[in-house]
Amino acid sequence: MHIHIKPTDGWKLFSSTELLHYKDLLWFLVVRGVKAKYAQSVLGVGWAIIQPLLSTIIFTVVFGYLAKVESEGVPYFIFNLLGNIPWVYFASTVNDAAGSLVANAGLITKVYFPRLVLPLSTAVAKLIDFFIAFIVALVVLLIFGYKNLLWGIVLLPFFLLILILTSLGIGMWLSALAVQFRDVKHVLSFIIQLLMYLAPIVYPTSNVPTRLHFIYSLNPLVGIIEGFRSAFLMHQPIPWNFILVGSFVSIILFLSGLIYFIKSERKFADII
Amino acid sequence: MSKKVIEVNGLGKKFRIGLRIKRSDSLVGELWNIIKYPYENYKRIKSLSQFSKPDDSIFWALKDISFSVEPGEVLGIIGHNGAGKSTLLKILSRITEPSEGEVIIRGRIASLLEVGTGFHPELTGRENIYMNGTILGMRKKEVDRNLDSIVEFSGIENYLDTPIKFYSSGMKVRLGFAVAAHLEPEILVVDEVLAVGDMGFQQKCIGKMNEVARSGRTVLFVSHNMAAIQNLCTRALLLSHGQLKSIGEVKKVIWDYMNEFQREKENLIAVSNRLGSGQIRLTKFEVRDACNREISSIYSGQPVKFFFHAIRHDCEFNELIDVGFSIHHAEDDRLVSIFYSSYVGTMFPSDKDEIIYICDIEDLNLAEGRYLMRAQLMSRQQIVDYPVAGVGFIEVVEIDYYGTGIKSAKLTRDKPSMLIRGTWHT
Repeated sequence: MHIHIKPTDGWKLFSSTELLHYKDLLWFLVVRGVKAKYAQSVLGVGWAIIQPLLSTIIFTVVFGYLAKVESEGVPYFIFNLLGNIPWVYFASTVNDAAGSLVANAGLITKVYFPRLVLPLSTAVAKLIDFFIAFIVALVVLLIFGYKNLLWGIVLLPFFLLILILTSLGIGMWLSALAVQFRDVKHVLSFIIQLLMYLAPIVYPTSNVPTRLHFIYSLNPLVGIIEGFRSAFLMHQPIPWNFILVGSFVSIILFLSGLIYFIKSERKFADII
Repeated sequence: MSKKVIEVNGLGKKFRIGLRIKRSDSLVGELWNIIKYPYENYKRIKSLSQFSKPDDSIFWALKDISFSVEPGEVLGIIGHNGAGKSTLLKILSRITEPSEGEVIIRGRIASLLEVGTGFHPELTGRENIYMNGTILGMRKKEVDRNLDSIVEFSGIENYLDTPIKFYSSGMKVRLGFAVAAHLEPEILVVDEVLAVGDMGFQQKCIGKMNEVARSGRTVLFVSHNMAAIQNLCTRALLLSHGQLKSIGEVKKVIWDYMNEFQREKENLIAVSNRLGSGQIRLTKFEVRDACNREISSIYSGQPVKFFFHAIRHDCEFNELIDVGFSIHHAEDDRLVSIFYSSYVGTMFPSDKDEIIYICDIEDLNLAEGRYLMRAQLMSRQQIVDYPVAGVGFIEVVEIDYYGTGIKSAKLTRDKPSMLIRGTWHT
């Protein structure tokens, strides 16, 4: 092994072989994240089930019963639950990834490892919560009489991939920015809330004026949530036009986030 | 020709410091500042990582460092706080990038700047071994292979599956070092980790470092513990204000390090706060080693000579002089010891205008620290000269007083004044 250390100007190449060497570290960071999160709690991983269920119940009461938001002919509870599951993954991944570098300042200033494993490990750790909630959702769907879940399961990996790319893309941007500007932490909860109302979680896309649909679909979550929901409920054709635009945006988010992260990586230890 | 494992060429690292916030002295100006504040802040924070405009807030933590390390060498890196030791290690371990110059490393490098990096209090000892091991660059397989030996080395067998938040701090340190000791790099970079833990554990660590060194691997070792440096290292390097001051034979570099202590060269003639009749006055105090070289710091147990220079102001004066000095703790003026020439039956005639009173000390067994020296000239129970504020300071550094390689006096919380040379038996 031969290492050449010198100041890098401009762009640095992303080294996937190096990341591969640290795959065990990635795994233990995931384990650490999950174990530490549920340590000393009575319900433990049960919280991954309770959280989306509770928020869905609240939304159903507030928006479904009180505000009488229309839900495309589907029971509001089901409608909201299927929107909530990808949303919770996105919100929690972005939230944790954004703070992952600052929270691990002690590691960054003491040891060398590809910094990318930090946001990456949160994206992986949140998948566990996602799948737990997803299985609960499947059970709920069966109880409500939705028997044809094949399409949903077939398309799941695809939606999940776009969801991960989007969450990680934004997560990489924000985590790298947060090293220098701690403002990110303060803006974050506001942005996440705003994004939630910019996605069809508590209301259906049909409520958005048609002329705004293109702009609306620039939010990758629109395509993901609409696609996810229609694939499972089959209450409407899968909206490929939303999904296509959303996928494109999510790839741009991911690549730009990766580039920005790699470019700023070298100064993390100096300014964190 | 054997290939050098580490080559450092013209290495430099700059930081930005002194982020001052502008203040205005008028209310309107202050209000304007508040409005501009976010923008100014943005520029300020942005500039932390930019160096386009050279100004006085740029600080070179390292400058023009060049050296190389041969395979199997144990290189000690010493220097005062802020000399750039940690920055150098951080560049070598790729935590931070240099601003200029380059480093070529041939071989797998592992660095240990902290014990137990990445430990999480909620995880068990076993989980933390894996966590810490992989953070230090091991693969899971390597940790698996070494697990038994790590556990044995740390001595925490019974608590392996207990969350480490229930561990004592000593146990955490032992566990951390045990993991680090099982890294198998060709080059190991270690920063002052021996300063923690009890004596038995320190000895274990030194033993392990020796073993690593003997197995032909290259070690870079930063420490303030001169005993450990002297025992472990084959070569040493002294950094001073970001520059490489000297490199080479360990004893010589430690010597340079000790002489770097800023010496208070107070000219005692100018001091007016003094008591006594003043026929003879002290002018200068200096410390010399056995070869009469002037030194500014002393290592515990070193044979030294104290030189008290004096001038006779009254040529009629010809009394016998009793010279004495006292040693005090610099921080609180506590008395450590007093020694007068009359104690050993020596009185000095005053027959010259310039006199140097010399006190030879065989074994100055002061513990590490900074001490204030006071001196007094007496004749017939009357003070001739006594500079009230003292005549100077001495710095004592402890380097392996007992010849065991164990950092001794620093281990205890209470700082002793004196070291005891002795042996133990039943």
